Amino acid sequence: MKKIYSRIEEIAGNVITVTAEDVRYSELALVTSGHGKSLAEVIRLRGNKVSLQVYSGGRGVSTGDEVQFLGRPMQVSFSDNLLGRIFDGSGRPRDKGPTLEENLIEIGGPSVNPSKRIIPRNMIRTGIPMIDLFNTLVESQKLPIFSVSGEPYNELLSRIAMQAEVDLIILGGMGLKYDDFLFFRDTLEKGGAMDRTIFFVHTASDPVVECLMVPDISLAVAEKFALQGKRVLVLLTDMTNFADSLKEIAITMEQVPSNRGYPGDLYSQLAARYEKAVDFEGAGSITTLGVTTMPGDDVTHPVPDNTGYITEGQYYLRGGRIEPFGSLSRLKQMVNDTTRADHRGLMDGMIRLYANYKESVEKKSMGFRMSEWDQKLLRYGALFEAKMMDLTVNIPLEEALDLGWEILAECFQSDETGLQSKLLDQFWPRKSIRDEQETA
Amino acid sequence: MTRTTGTVFGVNGNMVTVDVKGDVSLNEVGYISVGDQKLKSEVIRIRGKQAEMQVFEQTGGIGVGDTVEFSGEMLAVELGPGLLGQVYDGLQNPLPQLAEQAGFFLKRGLYLDAIDKARSWEFTPKLEAGATVSAGDTIGTVPEGIFDHRIMVPFNISGEWTVRKVAPKGSYKVDDTICQIEDAKGTTQDLSMLFEWPVKRAISLFEERYKPTEPMVTKIRMIDTFFPVARGGTYCIPGPFGAGKTVLQQITSRHAEVDIVIVAACGERAGEVVETLQEFPELTDPRTGRTLMERTVIICNTSSMPVASREASVYTAVTIAEYYRQMGLNVLLLADSTSRWAQAMREMSGRLEEIPGEEAFPAYLESVIASFYERAGVVRLKDGSFGSVTIGGTVSPAGGNFEEPVTQATLKVVGAFHGLSRERSDARKYPAIHPLESWSKYPSAINDELVAYCRDILLRGNEVSQMMKVVGEEGTSLEDFVLYQKSEFLDSAYMQQNSFDPVDGSVTIERQRHIFRILFDVLASEFDLHDKDNARSYFNQLRQIYLDYNTSEWESDAFASREAELVKLINEKRTGYDSTAEEIRNRVGSAVG
Repeated sequence: MKKIYSRIEEIAGNVITVTAEDVRYSELALVTSGHGKSLAEVIRLRGNKVSLQVYSGGRGVSTGDEVQFLGRPMQVSFSDNLLGRIFDGSGRPRDKGPTLEENLIEIGGPSVNPSKRIIPRNMIRTGIPMIDLFNTLVESQKLPIFSVSGEPYNELLSRIAMQAEVDLIILGGMGLKYDDFLFFRDTLEKGGAMDRTIFFVHTASDPVVECLMVPDISLAVAEKFALQGKRVLVLLTDMTNFADSLKEIAITMEQVPSNRGYPGDLYSQLAARYEKAVDFEGAGSITTLGVTTMPGDDVTHPVPDNTGYITEGQYYLRGGRIEPFGSLSRLKQMVNDTTRADHRGLMDGMIRLYANYKESVEKKSMGFRMSEWDQKLLRYGALFEAKMMDLTVNIPLEEALDLGWEILAECFQSDETGLQSKLLDQFWPRKSIRDEQETA
Repeated sequence: MTRTTGTVFGVNGNMVTVDVKGDVSLNEVGYISVGDQKLKSEVIRIRGKQAEMQVFEQTGGIGVGDTVEFSGEMLAVELGPGLLGQVYDGLQNPLPQLAEQAGFFLKRGLYLDAIDKARSWEFTPKLEAGATVSAGDTIGTVPEGIFDHRIMVPFNISGEWTVRKVAPKGSYKVDDTICQIEDAKGTTQDLSMLFEWPVKRAISLFEERYKPTEPMVTKIRMIDTFFPVARGGTYCIPGPFGAGKTVLQQITSRHAEVDIVIVAACGERAGEVVETLQEFPELTDPRTGRTLMERTVIICNTSSMPVASREASVYTAVTIAEYYRQMGLNVLLLADSTSRWAQAMREMSGRLEEIPGEEAFPAYLESVIASFYERAGVVRLKDGSFGSVTIGGTVSPAGGNFEEPVTQATLKVVGAFHGLSRERSDARKYPAIHPLESWSKYPSAINDELVAYCRDILLRGNEVSQMMKVVGEEGTSLEDFVLYQKSEFLDSAYMQQNSFDPVDGSVTIERQRHIFRILFDVLASEFDLHDKDNARSYFNQLRQIYLDYNTSEWESDAFASREAELVKLINEKRTGYDSTAEEIRNRVGSAVG
């Protein structure tokens, strides 16, 4: 039994300081105050002065409250009983189910040895052409969805959760609006995906420190399932809230801020979480999709910026659509040469033409005469947006590829597309949609 | 001699404050005992009786009062045969061996021998008893892959020594004594094939350092032709995320015409290193017929690994590069990314509560970056042979803005700048090196005057394109429009390159010289084109054939027939030749081959 300390010397924000002996860095403690019990974690040692961040926040903590050190770091229960359950950021049930205490595992464990990693090789099909065709999601990939407040990023995540071909979904919510939390729960329940889902949810009204725990706790559980051979998809929303919580704690600890108040180790902190995505040779995998809202739609803001350098590409969600520019799945090259022979060529060609379309739109908006070529591009752009980019389109990759050729053939002559002759010979539709209409 | 010890006084992130009993030096390595683990750390500041140490591991579980043992040595790497083909972390721990012991995950406090002590090497002595030697002199050689690995007198030995004994030709392990030397006072010392060198000190055992002029061929057209890198030179690749920095470095690590490549994956994604790790043992080096891995050393300290060893990793890499340079080899060091290294410095500086400079980077950022790049160079060694270290570093500027401190500090000290642009990568124009903003101070592998003529077309074509955005196509003269088409042709047919294509992916300098002539002909010719649509379709045709030409195997029938098609198409419409171009061509024509 560890000693109980009943004298808190300093309380600043969510950080309390006590004088204590024989305490270890990152150890947990239990703080008992008039408002109940809360866990706290040691975040600085200096002689016998111990600083702890209190999970439920410093509000209402009194200098006379009790602190008891537990002699262990943060842990979470791990078993199949987690499936279909909803927990908060420190692992307490949010649904009406029982508290789980068996088989405790540590969170925030060491990183995977790079030499044990393998080259990603499996595509995760989502049924969304803008993902499957243009920016394929790959098992063990980590990808953020860059978006702004108001965009349907949570809807997109829930669609991916329902449609993605994986064994298990772990949803980590950070600073989630309560409505959004209910939306996720109801959608997954209705879609029958609840029994393969685990929720760790921190809502906007919960204590800030618990927000910090969500990614670690979600990923620790994901790692164990992956080691058991499960293909796990971890959905995190919204990582900007996580970064803001980091900032809050750093400022309370009087750390020198680096960029817009964020701590200098923001990159390392984010990387430690995203890099948990992995494909274990002979076992399962972790794939991570995280929403990062960009304050002011500014991709150079420290959070999206640092994220972009860590992750393997990004999806931009803007105007309710996944943008073809900027969106990039860095790992798609690993899988899209084995899907179908035309996948790569068509993907690049269609995007190149869409870029030309954008130029024509710009020219048009400035009042220039539209050449015949411009007219073709305008027609192409409209078709592309309606048939491919619309997020409600739900078709397998092969159908999406066929659709791509149809759209091209409807708008252009084959030599105008800039695609390799080899591909054109094999895939150019002999009869375009227009021809069919005319014959009909 | 008793070693200095101490006890832990405080922990803050990965920095530990230690009460020291005895003498301690800056950058000295110490080990903190936590349970049965000993965590490697480095002294980064000393104040009175307290030393502040950065811990190369996660610090969870360290408590006040834990004991610390100091080693008396600075952070060093082991040098000797057997480095090639290895995969190390930032502290030179071999990662595959670590995995054998610890499984999927890294294990704290587990340090292994960097060089296999059990392996035997065929030693051939190169000198005899009685010879006078000093640091860096060759005692003998062992074959390592395709190289003669020179076994040298350790670099930290000072003054002149006389060789007493040399081991005869035969098989030895790295730890075996292969030579005994004696100084003027009669003290003797046994030498093995192995010695240590502190990573933060440059190895400067050479006669003279030269200006880098000989091109280091990367087989990327845009680099070799337009923005060349010289052996012994330095270059940087800044670019926003997703612009293709890492892909560019991976391609370079494969195709670059050098003897040895050191890849320092510093604070970047682990996944990218894995591609190199898994593919290099499979890929054949066309020059040697052996696998690429046999000429590669990978230093891998990815973003989720401890930040302090990230700081050390670039130094570990450059020290190994310098070591092989001492054998008269050409070494290329690719560091990805130097910004992560700078951030590691920033994190430590923040923990030390130093007064922050711009964007909270420490004030010494510039001098540290400069002294790192200055470790590159082409040198003449004591035995008259030449060796070089070329350094290419990527920079990941915050927000893709090149005005930030790390990019600016780097630009001051490098010889070539390959700036990647978001617009180009968004438009899938790879490599996304910006052709107007990038520069190189090294001579082109083609010819500087011809290249300058092409760049001028690009520049003027870009002006036309800017103008066209305002006045529209109809407000542009046919002459300007053709110029614009030429610049687009140069960009899409020559500068862009498909790295995934087996042929187009790597273009030898011979082929570059050959196809450059046709490119130059297109750019310098005057054509009979009666209107803009005619011009557009003509250049589209040219481009299409040139692209197929690029993907046809060198000197194959397909290659020849595409070339004939191109020549025919050019001749059909050609009405004249630009006089400036003609003049340059006649003057330097023979140089192009």
